[in-house]
Amino acid sequence: MYPAPFEYYRADSVREVLELLEDHADEETELLAGGHALLPRMKMRQDSPDVLIDINELDDIIGIGHDGGETIFGALTRYVDIVDSDRVWEDCTPIAEATATIGDVQVRNMGTIGGNIAHSNPASDPPAAVLASNAQIVCQGLDGEREINADDFFVDAYSTALKEHELLTRIHVPNLEKNDAGAYVKHPIPSTGSALIGVATILHTDGEAIESARVAVNGAMDHTIRLEPVEEALTDEPLEANTAVSAADHVTNNLEVGMLQDDIHASNGSRAKLLEEYAERALAIAVDRALDSSKAMT
Amino acid sequence: MTSERAQKDEEHVFGSAIDRQEDPRLLTGRGTYIDDIQKPRMVHMAILRSPHAHAQINNIDTNAAEAMEGVLAAYTWDDLEAAGVPGNIPSIYNVPDQQDADHPVLAREKVRYQGKPVAVVIAEDRYIAHDARELIDIDYQPLEAVVDPIEATKTDAPTLHENVEDNVAFTWEVGDSDAVDEAFADADRTVGFESVNQRLVPNAMEPRGAVAEFDAVTEELTVHMGSQNPFDHEEIMSKVLGHPKGRIRIVVPDVGGAFGSKSMYYPGETLTAFCAKQLDRPVKWVETRSGAFKSDEQGRGQVIEGELAVDEDGTIRGLQVKTTAGIGGDLSSKGVVAPTTTFAPLLSQQYEIPAIHFQSRGMFTNAVPTAPYRGVGMAESAFTVERLMALAARELDMDPAEFRQKNFIPSEAFPYETAVGSFYDSGDYEAGLDKALDLVDYEELRERQTALREEGRYLGIGIGCFVVAGGFAPSAASEMLGLTDPDAAVRKSFWESSTIRVHETGEVTAYCGTASHGQGSETTHAQVIADTLGVSVEDVEIIEGKDTKNAPYGTGTVGDRGASMGGGALAKSAEKVIDKARRIAANQLEVAEEDVEFEDGEFFIRGAPGKSVTLQEAADQSYLATNIPEDMEPGLEATSYYDPANMTWASGSYVAIVEVDTQIGKIDIKRFVAIDDCGKQINPKIVEGQVHGGVVQGIGQALYEEAIYDKDGSLLTESLQDYPVPKAAQVPRIDVDSTVTPSPHNPIGAKGIGHSGAVGPQPAIVNAVTDALQPFGIEHLEMPLTVDTVLQALHDAEEGL
Repeated sequence: MYPAPFEYYRADSVREVLELLEDHADEETELLAGGHALLPRMKMRQDSPDVLIDINELDDIIGIGHDGGETIFGALTRYVDIVDSDRVWEDCTPIAEATATIGDVQVRNMGTIGGNIAHSNPASDPPAAVLASNAQIVCQGLDGEREINADDFFVDAYSTALKEHELLTRIHVPNLEKNDAGAYVKHPIPSTGSALIGVATILHTDGEAIESARVAVNGAMDHTIRLEPVEEALTDEPLEANTAVSAADHVTNNLEVGMLQDDIHASNGSRAKLLEEYAERALAIAVDRALDSSKAMT
Repeated sequence: MTSERAQKDEEHVFGSAIDRQEDPRLLTGRGTYIDDIQKPRMVHMAILRSPHAHAQINNIDTNAAEAMEGVLAAYTWDDLEAAGVPGNIPSIYNVPDQQDADHPVLAREKVRYQGKPVAVVIAEDRYIAHDARELIDIDYQPLEAVVDPIEATKTDAPTLHENVEDNVAFTWEVGDSDAVDEAFADADRTVGFESVNQRLVPNAMEPRGAVAEFDAVTEELTVHMGSQNPFDHEEIMSKVLGHPKGRIRIVVPDVGGAFGSKSMYYPGETLTAFCAKQLDRPVKWVETRSGAFKSDEQGRGQVIEGELAVDEDGTIRGLQVKTTAGIGGDLSSKGVVAPTTTFAPLLSQQYEIPAIHFQSRGMFTNAVPTAPYRGVGMAESAFTVERLMALAARELDMDPAEFRQKNFIPSEAFPYETAVGSFYDSGDYEAGLDKALDLVDYEELRERQTALREEGRYLGIGIGCFVVAGGFAPSAASEMLGLTDPDAAVRKSFWESSTIRVHETGEVTAYCGTASHGQGSETTHAQVIADTLGVSVEDVEIIEGKDTKNAPYGTGTVGDRGASMGGGALAKSAEKVIDKARRIAANQLEVAEEDVEFEDGEFFIRGAPGKSVTLQEAADQSYLATNIPEDMEPGLEATSYYDPANMTWASGSYVAIVEVDTQIGKIDIKRFVAIDDCGKQINPKIVEGQVHGGVVQGIGQALYEEAIYDKDGSLLTESLQDYPVPKAAQVPRIDVDSTVTPSPHNPIGAKGIGHSGAVGPQPAIVNAVTDALQPFGIEHLEMPLTVDTVLQALHDAEEGL
């Protein structure tokens, strides 16, 4: 529990972070946000960065904004602020629902949404919600800002499309529109509460039929992925419970069991079974919610 | 004055659920744990542990570590040897057929488990010590490893200890095999099963550690450490370190839990003491959680075969059990007992079983040594028997409650001698199970179970009845444990001692040889004294045997002995104090001693309650010594040694109600009922706390926990991120209640309650889950009941496997 020596900087601005990253380009550098992934690893010396840049004081990228049809999450927004926002629950249901299942109160008081996404832990909850929500991830480098679509962001276990010296600054999430609904359900890993399997979905509907759908999963693979065959099976289908059941049958259409995660927490066979079951449950909840909201409208 | 208040204060006596006296101090951060101890000139030790489970050590190079700024020294086995340190940890409890094998405090040529200490570094601060530890260069030659105890029995298995070619550390058996053979031949049916009682990591809240100080002039060595048996540790340290016992002082500060894990003798504390001697500076070592996973000796780890012979009418005829324990790479100082002498004596559990036979073997394996962990051997015993009870009931198509009721030892049969020679002191098993079944409304539950199955919902009801031996132990038991052998590592018996001193103010200081580490003995001991002497609990100060040079000799807090043995010893001293004070009072009252009665802290003349002398007044006189009987010595103090006639035999009747979601393999414990009989309860709140904590650990074993090693002996569950200790949100409501059959031989009628909670839940839960899944034809599931276990079983059932 005693990390190796490191240099510590506390940055006051995004610019300063980027400059520090450049100044220390030749050293192993880590950004400290909520710290719940990084610090335990450093204490166990699984990570021993030379330089630690504390970004907790970057006020510019803390907080939740609302702009037209989207919700903008500053990268340093703590989980607790997402979970406590009624508006996020309404506009970005899967993001709120996934965030609410992370760890415990202490973890949610410190952990940040940007830190989570940038870490891309395959068992973490928000990535599937971000991917299902079709979010845009904004990052800043010394040469300027760029947007990465969630579809292109999650590359591998603990690996994203972020470049070496870029800072993830914001996540733009399109709001659910009337008749749309979303959900996130998970099977927790007993030791950590992370996702053995977590399924996020968003259904765009006209109140009677599903116009399009996005379904993404955590925990199954080495990074969050979309379940495209399920999405296709949902498209243009009636908004009813049976649709959820029959679409979930397509979960493993293009996923071999052997491709799934296989570890001490569960075999890939169990994960395949859970994936199908949780996809069905997530879809059933989303269908219910869409039906409820369209009923409420009429 | 206090004694007057106590007379009226009904709450502060035996049997009251008063708050723990130690809690305000502990809960406000005023406790002193190992890491709180600071000494001038103190330096820090870090232990380098083997990354390999089985390897030859060709070379160790500590030069780079020692060259680092701030590093005082690095030591290996060669340094211990050069300093004349014997360095070999002995086995405390022994059985006759047992092999001697090396158990060096630092690896000598070989490592036999991942986590074995290989070297230590001492530095000015602990960060430097950990930095320097990484610079020690060791040339290992990895060897083939064996982790599974059954694999270790095979002729082609690697040998761990050269002098123990077949890897068999010990074998033991008890019972009448001929009678069992006869019963099995004669009985209508037999049921059997084999199961792995999986390895568990003890995970005390506070990891082990030590602060050692050495006075080079007087050669006095003081070691502050978390210990359940300070006097044993003093004695063994003397032998392992080669330092005179009279110049070792073990001091135990507050201890953040142990569950048995701080009763063994380990390398770390010895090495801390060694470093303090070598460097003539105080040395602190506090193990990290990761280090604790690979060094705190682990629990369970037995492969058990059990078979029960029954008649068609539900009468049990016989039981045979064979266990193969994987005891790890070194034989723990207490590595023998769990698979032998704490397992077999409970095999009759709550039932009349006319013939029992038990066989055990302990196999060296390339894993962390195993040792007593809450429930030691008794949990394995109860699980085996209670699973057999469920399997037999199913085989006979009998209700499992009714099958148990038919075979209970009747309450009028006590004291009862079992077929394995245990003398149960008292019990009423029928009452316990009846109470549990009433609480859950058993009949109604069975109807609900049937109705829910129609809807495709799977409710299960599981029973776990058990007996737990506590009050460790009559001196007569020492022989069985090898403690009386001339060359025993600790040549001793487990009686308990106490001293009670009543001050002239009426306040009481009491000394007791127990060494609590979270049990609440400061409170329960005080209640026993307050009740007997008629004083207030607040006026009783308890000093336990946690300082081997400044506290009375004692045998510690293990084996469910704190309340029954400590309380028993204190009750005896309290009686002696009263006897002496009665003579003083009689002298004051100018009547014969026989005419003086004592009640609520006051002596009065029988039949003339108007005139009295309080205990405080008698105490006052005893110190003035001007008006006491002529032949009497001054002072009001008494010492007692309590050597019990028998162990205490507590019991429990646990019921788990679960619902299994067969789609996702999820087990939901809907309700958990724990009915315990621990005899007379000194403090029901503390009893409830013990049961709660134990049940959570039992649930942990049933559903979540397992020390998983890969085939090379690497511990895969090496941190709390991978090893699921149940969290509050994962624990159901636990309904705790009790029945009371006092121990007839214990001075306060108490039995033990420490182990029970960690013994009953495993069979109750596994029985409940297999009951839920009976429609799928699932008979047995191995613990922990993970998602894989449940889904695989359902899959196999579906495939007709």
